[in-house]
Amino acid sequence: MTSHTLAQLPAIALRVREHILRMSTDGGCFTGASLSCADLLVYLYTQYLHITPDTLNSPDRDILLLSKGHDVPALYGVFAELGYITGDRLKNHLRVHDDIYWHPNRNIPGVEFHSGSLGHLLSVGLGMAIDMRMRGVDSNVVVILGDGELNEGSVWEACLTAHALRADNLIAVVDRNHFQANTRTEELIPLEPLAIKFEAFGWNVEKADGHDFADLDEVFKRIPNRNGMPTVVIADTQRGHGVPSIAERADRWFCNFTHDEIDALIGELHGETVATLTSETLVVR
Amino acid sequence: MIPYESILLDCVQSDERVMILTAENRGHMRNVPALLGDKFLDVGIAEQTMIGMAAGLAARGRIVVTHALASFITLRAFEFIRDDVGIPNLPVIMVGMVPGVLSDANGPTHQAIDDVGLMCGIPNINVFCPADEEDLKIGLKDVILSGQPYYVRYTNAPAAVEHSPSFTPGVAEVVAGPLDGRRDVTILTYGVLLRQAVLAASILTAEGLSVQVVNLRTLKPIDEARLLDAASNSDLVVTLEDHFLTGGLYSILCECLVRNRKSCEVLPIGFTTWFRPALLPEVLAHEGLSGDLVANRIKNTRNKRATSGNLEQSYA
Repeated sequence: MTSHTLAQLPAIALRVREHILRMSTDGGCFTGASLSCADLLVYLYTQYLHITPDTLNSPDRDILLLSKGHDVPALYGVFAELGYITGDRLKNHLRVHDDIYWHPNRNIPGVEFHSGSLGHLLSVGLGMAIDMRMRGVDSNVVVILGDGELNEGSVWEACLTAHALRADNLIAVVDRNHFQANTRTEELIPLEPLAIKFEAFGWNVEKADGHDFADLDEVFKRIPNRNGMPTVVIADTQRGHGVPSIAERADRWFCNFTHDEIDALIGELHGETVATLTSETLVVR
Repeated sequence: MIPYESILLDCVQSDERVMILTAENRGHMRNVPALLGDKFLDVGIAEQTMIGMAAGLAARGRIVVTHALASFITLRAFEFIRDDVGIPNLPVIMVGMVPGVLSDANGPTHQAIDDVGLMCGIPNINVFCPADEEDLKIGLKDVILSGQPYYVRYTNAPAAVEHSPSFTPGVAEVVAGPLDGRRDVTILTYGVLLRQAVLAASILTAEGLSVQVVNLRTLKPIDEARLLDAASNSDLVVTLEDHFLTGGLYSILCECLVRNRKSCEVLPIGFTTWFRPALLPEVLAHEGLSGDLVANRIKNTRNKRATSGNLEQSYA
């Protein structure tokens, strides 16, 4: 948590999106998925999670795990804005002498567990949540899941066990941007009715607008319920949010733009004219 | 309470970090849940979740023993072990039940005969293969409290031999035959087939051969000095394992020999495909793994070499 007010968050989120775009060149990154969860991460790290750069090793800190690890540029953008790492360090993106690559690495201050392969960190987070409970620590574990990631059976396996173990300090947040790698989720492996699925697994279910800080605040202030049930927040988001040239385009998942295109996209982010993009899109999976 | 349960209990009581998780496999720990309170968790039939949770607990400072059937913990949860235990090098111990021929009549789905290769192949993860319950008792507490990730190929078979009471990872024990010097045969083995190796050695010894039997104990780290001694001082080295030849002790020996620019006569005894499901004695007899049949295979190999001057490797 920081001392920022909700009114200050849009400006922080704008700078995080700039960081994401600046990482979308010279090798590129998963731009669309990063833009969709940027607001979520800004909200959680400034308003909800009891953790700061000074309390990274505190045993009673809250923990956030990025299970959809390919959106790590959003996390590192937040870390740069909130002082976990210096902004300059983001220039090391994809360089062999640092650990800032396409998925999270625990050597970066603030990263609690590495990820990359989907469907792992809900169970890892469950283990951490059980540890907190055994120690009598009143903290929470928040796990960011992608909606495409929900195709993985291990997510639902962990949902069953979390319910059985009454892990009410475990909060999953689904970045519901309605896309998976190459297509809309509902056109490949339909997830709806998603809330009912989680309810049937014995979870508290909350829905939020993942780009509306006031709405996120209202929802997160209601949880955790400490009612013996884990909680999921289905955050309705938009892949590529904030940058119209990228938003909701199936082919703008992994992006590697020219420097000129990045400048134009940052202009677009700030409300200037829509960028003209000629770079080939690259699908990596 | 069986010895395995006593060891688990002892570890939990002597080190507050230790926890026990199972994927609803309680056959060898019936008495443990009631005694361990919140230090015991049954996550249900969910090996991936068990390993993920163990990694989360270990990342918070705990040592976690996970327990499930060997084939399911190593295969179903393989990527979780690789990613969440191997990469961060967390102290999670994977105990695999009924490995190798101990799966008896379960059939090929339950035959963990690739487990040693899989686990040895993950950086940071060590592999302990006790020969019997006594061997397990000697090594398991050290393994759990080592602070390192381990795969344990579980057995509670009655003691095949009197074991060396000291356990050091990467140090094998000679359980029969000459301790050193020139001999006709060295049988390298691990796990439940040690009993058959000793039986084979006694048959061959009665016929006038000198035979050393080595119980490797850990396959990773491996006792390279012992392998090289076998290669240098034996007319024939036998690798005996209830595992695929690829990825098991035979592979480990071959790599060791090439790495050290050594060569020797080797008879690899192990599997190249899944074995016929049946109760253990029939499996051993059918697959040529019982002591008398192992002795025959060794004699046949020696005879072929004597007649052709060239030792032919027979692949089970």
